[in-house]
Amino acid sequence: MDGALNYLIILLVLVNFLALGSSQIGIVIRLSAIQGFLLGLMPLFMEGWGEIHIPLLCLAIIAIKGLLIPSLLFKAMRDVKIRREVEPLLGFIPSMLLGALGTVLGLVFSNHLPLLPLHKEFLILPGSFSTILTGFIMLTTRHKAITQVVGFLILENGIFVFALLLLQTMPFLAEIGVLLDLFVCIFVLGIILNHIQKAFSSLDSNKLTSLKD
Amino acid sequence: MLYFILLVPLVGGVAAYLFPSNRLRPYFLPLFSGAQLALVLGVVKENSLSAAQGWLFLDPLGKLVLVVISVLFFACLVYAPAYLFKTPEKSNRIFCACLLFLLAILSLVALSRQLELMWVAIEATSLVSAPLIYFNHNNRAIEAAWKFLLICSVGIALALLGTFFLGYSALAGGAPTTLMMDDLVRSAGSLSKPWLHAAFAALLVGYGTKMGLAPLHTWLPDAHSESPAVVSALLSGALLNCAFLAILRVTKILHAAGEGAFADRALLGLGLLSIAFGAVFMARQRDFKRMLAYSSVEHMGILVLGVSMGGIGIFGSFLHLVNNALTKGMLFLVSGNIYGAYHSKSRDDVSGAIRRLPLSGSLFLAGFIAITGSPPFGPFVSEFTILRATFENHRFAVGGIFLFLLMVVFIGMGNTVLAVCQGEPSNEAKATDFHDTFFLTLSPLVLMGIVLLLGLYIPGPLMKLIQGAADDWGGTR
Repeated sequence: MDGALNYLIILLVLVNFLALGSSQIGIVIRLSAIQGFLLGLMPLFMEGWGEIHIPLLCLAIIAIKGLLIPSLLFKAMRDVKIRREVEPLLGFIPSMLLGALGTVLGLVFSNHLPLLPLHKEFLILPGSFSTILTGFIMLTTRHKAITQVVGFLILENGIFVFALLLLQTMPFLAEIGVLLDLFVCIFVLGIILNHIQKAFSSLDSNKLTSLKD
Repeated sequence: MLYFILLVPLVGGVAAYLFPSNRLRPYFLPLFSGAQLALVLGVVKENSLSAAQGWLFLDPLGKLVLVVISVLFFACLVYAPAYLFKTPEKSNRIFCACLLFLLAILSLVALSRQLELMWVAIEATSLVSAPLIYFNHNNRAIEAAWKFLLICSVGIALALLGTFFLGYSALAGGAPTTLMMDDLVRSAGSLSKPWLHAAFAALLVGYGTKMGLAPLHTWLPDAHSESPAVVSALLSGALLNCAFLAILRVTKILHAAGEGAFADRALLGLGLLSIAFGAVFMARQRDFKRMLAYSSVEHMGILVLGVSMGGIGIFGSFLHLVNNALTKGMLFLVSGNIYGAYHSKSRDDVSGAIRRLPLSGSLFLAGFIAITGSPPFGPFVSEFTILRATFENHRFAVGGIFLFLLMVVFIGMGNTVLAVCQGEPSNEAKATDFHDTFFLTLSPLVLMGIVLLLGLYIPGPLMKLIQGAADDWGGTR
């Protein structure tokens, strides 16, 4: 069973690279949906079927991260009629290289933090760190507001992977935090996206430059 | 009792949302925040109140922050109706509801003993303040609200990660796995050190973003300058202080675990950096609301600096928390009046504010003198106390840099403030139909009076409140 969880995490990291290297916003959103499904499967292998709330949690994650939020993002994408991320601050290949560097750093960093023997065989820590860094890279180097929202989603996915470590000892807390946060945040961000679009008739957060010193 | 402190503004917010009349709705604001203030003042004397299986509690530090929030909200919400009536055609439904929700959530931050609950509350503050910042519905307001949401969401996500790290440090160290403040402080010795360090770093960056500590403050000038005056006053006086409270809670755990030196070094660095950023950006700042926003960055730095010094610095910092909230709140309210008369925030267009608005203009000038730490106002006492703490700790370099930066701030800020206040108002400004009215100047005047009083004499109950908070928080070192 442990092996399966590690495979899921490796898949998650691969999806990170695909997201960093893709210019089609639709594909990036789909990739984040795939990450949502992967995350939804992870608690099963962590905990087994022992407790009733675990399968419920999995269903909730798949429903929210895998279906609801991607469909909201797709709707936003259709509304504003943009498909591609153009000329990111950092090109797609350099972003992927940076993502790879982040993964290596994640591996190094996680060696310095002592894990319980129970958790040692999992790749949770490096997987989590590299996903968080991927989210950061997307947030900071992309211009389109939608891509930035996806970047934020990926960052949160990385945090959720870490929360797996606390699932046994602090049930609910970790989960509620992540889900509530995501749910409302994206909702509000979505509303703002609409307003940006109305006011600037484009979804380019690069145009948000009138406020500076 | 604690439930009522949260419920009154919450119910008020729902009622304001459902209430149909746009003209009468703003009166809900002073009504419900007044009721909440009365409740808060009612529990000030109580010790160790708790509710909801200990998830809510009233400790001395939380009490201090709660009192500051409630007083500032009441002052600002008395001002709010007159402010909203300037644009009677604009719907204020969401605005009024969100203001009261913000009061409820900020009170929850001050009252929560459970770190996860505190995190949820701070997250919720972002969500309800975004519509407040966006109230003016123009391009600049959207930009400010978007930056605020995105940057604060990332910050808050990091704070969540830090909270998880903290939980794992308990797990890895074999301590009881809980995120209750008291339990964590009690079992701090057995927390796993590497995880605790990682947790502190993530929490400091996360909540520091919300608090506006440099270099994580980038959302702050935009949000403060583009939102309505009432909102700017509340953001800088209440919201930032709540983020500071969160940082204080976490720092306390570090101190209890014997890692206080690590935490203090980080706080000292961020504090000095914030003061420096504030000073540099305040000099030659043409937009006077942005200038006030950078002044908030500076003062958050001063708070953190005071705490990192320990001893008397903690008292100074907590006193400064009160002083800064009241002075800055008053300055933002007055800046709203000046904007109302000139329809501009730039010192290029605004001059002669004292002539055009005798009361607001004079208050703006007096507020500037107070906030830059000149006697006889409150901030002088608190900044002087913090300065004394640096010298008592033999951190002469720190004290020297602090003093130098305060001087730079004084000159830079004075430049803009004098340009705004002195001289002759332009003809367009004379032609606008805006005048100081009773309710537009009442709150700033009262706040200014309190700030002056605090510089001359600190009333007994307040002294006890601040001293109690400083003793309770600093007791672990």
